[in-house]
Amino acid sequence: MHELGIMTGVMDAVEKSAREAGAQKVLEVTLSVGEMTEAIEDALQFAFEVLSESSQLCSDATLKINMISPKSECLECGAVYTHDRFHMLCPECGGFATQLLEGRELQIDSIEVDLPDDAESGADADKSGVSDDELGQ
Amino acid sequence: MAHIDLKQPILDKNDQLARELRQRFAENHVFVVDLLASPGSGKTSTILATIDALRDEFNIAVIEGDIASSVDAERIKAQGTPAVQINTGGACHLESAMLKRAIDMLDLERLDLIIIENVGNLVCPTDFDLGENMKVMILSVPEGDDKPLKYPGVFQAAEAVILNKVDTMPVFNFDEEAFTSAVNQLNPQAPIFRIAATKEQGVSEWAEWLAEKIRAVQ
Repeated sequence: MHELGIMTGVMDAVEKSAREAGAQKVLEVTLSVGEMTEAIEDALQFAFEVLSESSQLCSDATLKINMISPKSECLECGAVYTHDRFHMLCPECGGFATQLLEGRELQIDSIEVDLPDDAESGADADKSGVSDDELGQ
Repeated sequence: MAHIDLKQPILDKNDQLARELRQRFAENHVFVVDLLASPGSGKTSTILATIDALRDEFNIAVIEGDIASSVDAERIKAQGTPAVQINTGGACHLESAMLKRAIDMLDLERLDLIIIENVGNLVCPTDFDLGENMKVMILSVPEGDDKPLKYPGVFQAAEAVILNKVDTMPVFNFDEEAFTSAVNQLNPQAPIFRIAATKEQGVSEWAEWLAEKIRAVQ
């Protein structure tokens, strides 16, 4: 429900960084999203599609989301363990006092952009792009 | 093609403003509670009962977040407590920029406690830091004992869980044992306060726990 608002913030930050770097196009945006947040992967993708359509810089960009599994530390016995959204108790000692170490991330990791230099040496870039594709097939 | 590392929190703007608000609250020795719950769970009634229990010791103000209307703020003001209404105009949660506008209308120096009633929603408000000292969530018995399983995020973000309308438990077949065990799994450190806000039942225990927290920042 609030993913559109979150993604609006992402687009603002991405466009600002891309412009500062003098980029002509944003090719890829990579996010880290913790599974303990209320942001849903599909809804983020949808919001990105909607917003990137009307963005000159991001119209061809794809969104990559790294979902981060929750990890906690037990403050009683010191055990560090991964868990799902529903079970926070320490699996070693059953301790109640636990601290979440990972799983609440909402972060823009990086962006891939086309710089003017890339366009000038466009032939090379195209060539390497094609060969990559051929290798992939 | 170039790779640019950003490592930037998505809610950077919100979080930055929230940090500034938190600093202002600390400087003025005001304790701030952000209340999260569904529509109809008894947020406003719980606030009124809490004010009743604490008004002799503390100066209290309320910030009401709703999509529209000022019905809740009027209810609080009618009891003689300052209240500021924020209308989000459709947004499903409060953000720190909205809260700041409301805070600017209050005399922080004179206040000990601010209660924020967030928009009735068990999902979205969870992700937004408002600079509050703690989030507290209210679940009411008619909503059902399975809610911790369906909305784990809000139960984890909360420092305490208030179970409201406990007087209706026999009618709604609420399995309190299942509820308590689910909350304990999700948030082992959160106390659960059983209250019936409009019947003044159980409120004093919650209010005393909150009062300890307020005194600690004074």
